[in-house]
Amino acid sequence: MKAVWLLILFWVLPVPALASTPGQIEVCANCPVTEVGDALKQARPFDTVVVRQGVYREYDLVIDKPLVLMGDAGAVIDGERKGEILRVVSDSVSVLGLSLRNVGKSYTADYAALRVVKSKYFHLEGLLMEQLFFGIYLEKSSHGVVCDNIISGDAEEEFNSGNGIQLWYCRDIQVSGNRVSRVRDGIYLEFSDRIRIANNISSDNVRYGLHFMFSNNDSYTDNIFEANGAGVAVMFSKEIEMKRNTFRRNWGTASFGLLLKEINDAVISQNRFEANTVGISIEGSNRIAYLGNTFQGNGWALKVRGACYTNTFSNNNFLHNSFDISYNSKVNDNLFEKNYWSTYSGYDLDRDGFGDVPHRPVKLFSYIVNRTPETIVLLRSLFMDLIDYSERVSPVFTPDNLMDPSPLMHPSS
Amino acid sequence: MFKILKYSFYDLLRSRWSYVYLGFYLLLGFVLLFLNQDLSKAVITLMNVIIVLVPLIATILGVMYFYNSREFTTLLLAQPLRRSRIFLGQYLGVAGSLSLSLVLGLGLPFALYGLFRSGAIWDFSLLLLTGVFLNLIFTALAFLVALANDNRIKGFGYAVLLWLFLAVIYDGLFLLSLILLEEYPLDTFALGASLLNPIDLSRTLILLKLDISALLGYTGAVFKSFFGTSLGLVISLGVLLLWTVLPTGLMLRKARSKDF
Repeated sequence: MKAVWLLILFWVLPVPALASTPGQIEVCANCPVTEVGDALKQARPFDTVVVRQGVYREYDLVIDKPLVLMGDAGAVIDGERKGEILRVVSDSVSVLGLSLRNVGKSYTADYAALRVVKSKYFHLEGLLMEQLFFGIYLEKSSHGVVCDNIISGDAEEEFNSGNGIQLWYCRDIQVSGNRVSRVRDGIYLEFSDRIRIANNISSDNVRYGLHFMFSNNDSYTDNIFEANGAGVAVMFSKEIEMKRNTFRRNWGTASFGLLLKEINDAVISQNRFEANTVGISIEGSNRIAYLGNTFQGNGWALKVRGACYTNTFSNNNFLHNSFDISYNSKVNDNLFEKNYWSTYSGYDLDRDGFGDVPHRPVKLFSYIVNRTPETIVLLRSLFMDLIDYSERVSPVFTPDNLMDPSPLMHPSS
Repeated sequence: MFKILKYSFYDLLRSRWSYVYLGFYLLLGFVLLFLNQDLSKAVITLMNVIIVLVPLIATILGVMYFYNSREFTTLLLAQPLRRSRIFLGQYLGVAGSLSLSLVLGLGLPFALYGLFRSGAIWDFSLLLLTGVFLNLIFTALAFLVALANDNRIKGFGYAVLLWLFLAVIYDGLFLLSLILLEEYPLDTFALGASLLNPIDLSRTLILLKLDISALLGYTGAVFKSFFGTSLGLVISLGVLLLWTVLPTGLMLRKARSKDF
């Protein structure tokens, strides 16, 4: 009996002791501090502010000293659509586990659920954001982590919606494990270098799942981009690493899995492109290695629009796409080798795993469709198959050196 | 009429042509599904076969049957029977037996591979429906050509030419006119041109059902808004029906006034 009492004593005692520990401020309806804003003002550097369960109707909160702001499950800060909810302007701030909702909408200011300004070593984890304009907005910040957040918006049109996670002039930030849906751009990078984006799921966004502008030396790996308005756009950036991502179901007249525009020296490997109108749309991009990607069931697997030089395509699988490659010029400076083409009709007599006759992946039909888009109505007609066949035997309209001299006989894994 | 229909039907069964086609479609269905377990993919491959082979087989068999049963037809004509009954009966006998081979031959393998549990059943039904329509249309056209030509070689030639025109040459001309007129808005023209040819119409109808419509870009949007709606489906099936009724009517008219 004594032992039980002792146990209970030990169990109960620390709770009041913890609550009064210096360095921790509790916020709840019956606590001494009932508003998050007051707690943030009262707190001294390196304190922890714990927000208990409840809805707090506050906005324009500022964290201007190193703090840990923690939310219990069900701790909600409701901005009542009046403006920005939380702004971090100090280094070494962690914001964990809070729910933020009802961010104000504006056509002149980019209100965000959580904005981080000129901060280093911040950590944003386990946040839930709903009914938002911008979600997490990082500007001129570095060395931070944004992970395991859920951002789900209600965007319907581009002009009055914001981005899920936006990075502007940022360096060395890790963005991982987030789920972003129904905002304008799931993740948007502008002038941001050395950013690691991994294991995120970005889906059903109005515009892009992921969008790069003028950002260099970044990587995105193991992400899933699904059913976004236009897919993923990587523009005007250098040395981007894109690995093991899945681009799925980006269907629509102007839609694509991945758009590359003015991209140099990138590596695109082990990605899967499934059921997109265009798998990768490439424009003005040079020295890119496409290795081991799988293109399955797309309208066009690759659409090369010109000014693309010294790119390498090898060990990719092209499976059952309506068109494998569309090419709009007669000049080819790109190397295709050792890919698997499900349309390959050659043979392998010496059994070395490579086809003995080269494969020409550009169909005459795709050339014609480029010129006159309406001709697409003749897709899969016997006439088209016939002229495609004759073009394949002796190329006249398509670049005659665009071919895979050693096509794989079996899909590469 | 029903008696003649039945006679033609059994005649084809006895001459083993029905079995040959049934066997062919069965083999095709099983091989396709053996090589490719995915039902919806198999439906796409099957579409290519149906829109090319079904019209060809219907044309050739229709002409062949008509010429081969000429003596019997002459015998029937001597009986107190209406001409339209005789020819309609023969026509439906041939088209019916071909359609039955098609439906059974492709339906059996797909049913065995679990068609009823898959989402591809509507696409597949549409495929079979258009296949049956193509059978009806091209048998009627074949009978019409055969009636108009007593010379077998000529008749065969015209019938095959007709198939070649609708299956290949028409698309070539279509493509040529699209390229020549590329300066103009062409969606309504493309829509009209594909309605006019039963093979093109069947192809477009199936393609749009198979989720590659977004591929078709802006023109696709026009097509989708037409074929994708139930009104569009009704209109296209109506056009297919018209394509069936028109040659049949012409064939019967020709038969009425023909001097045997």
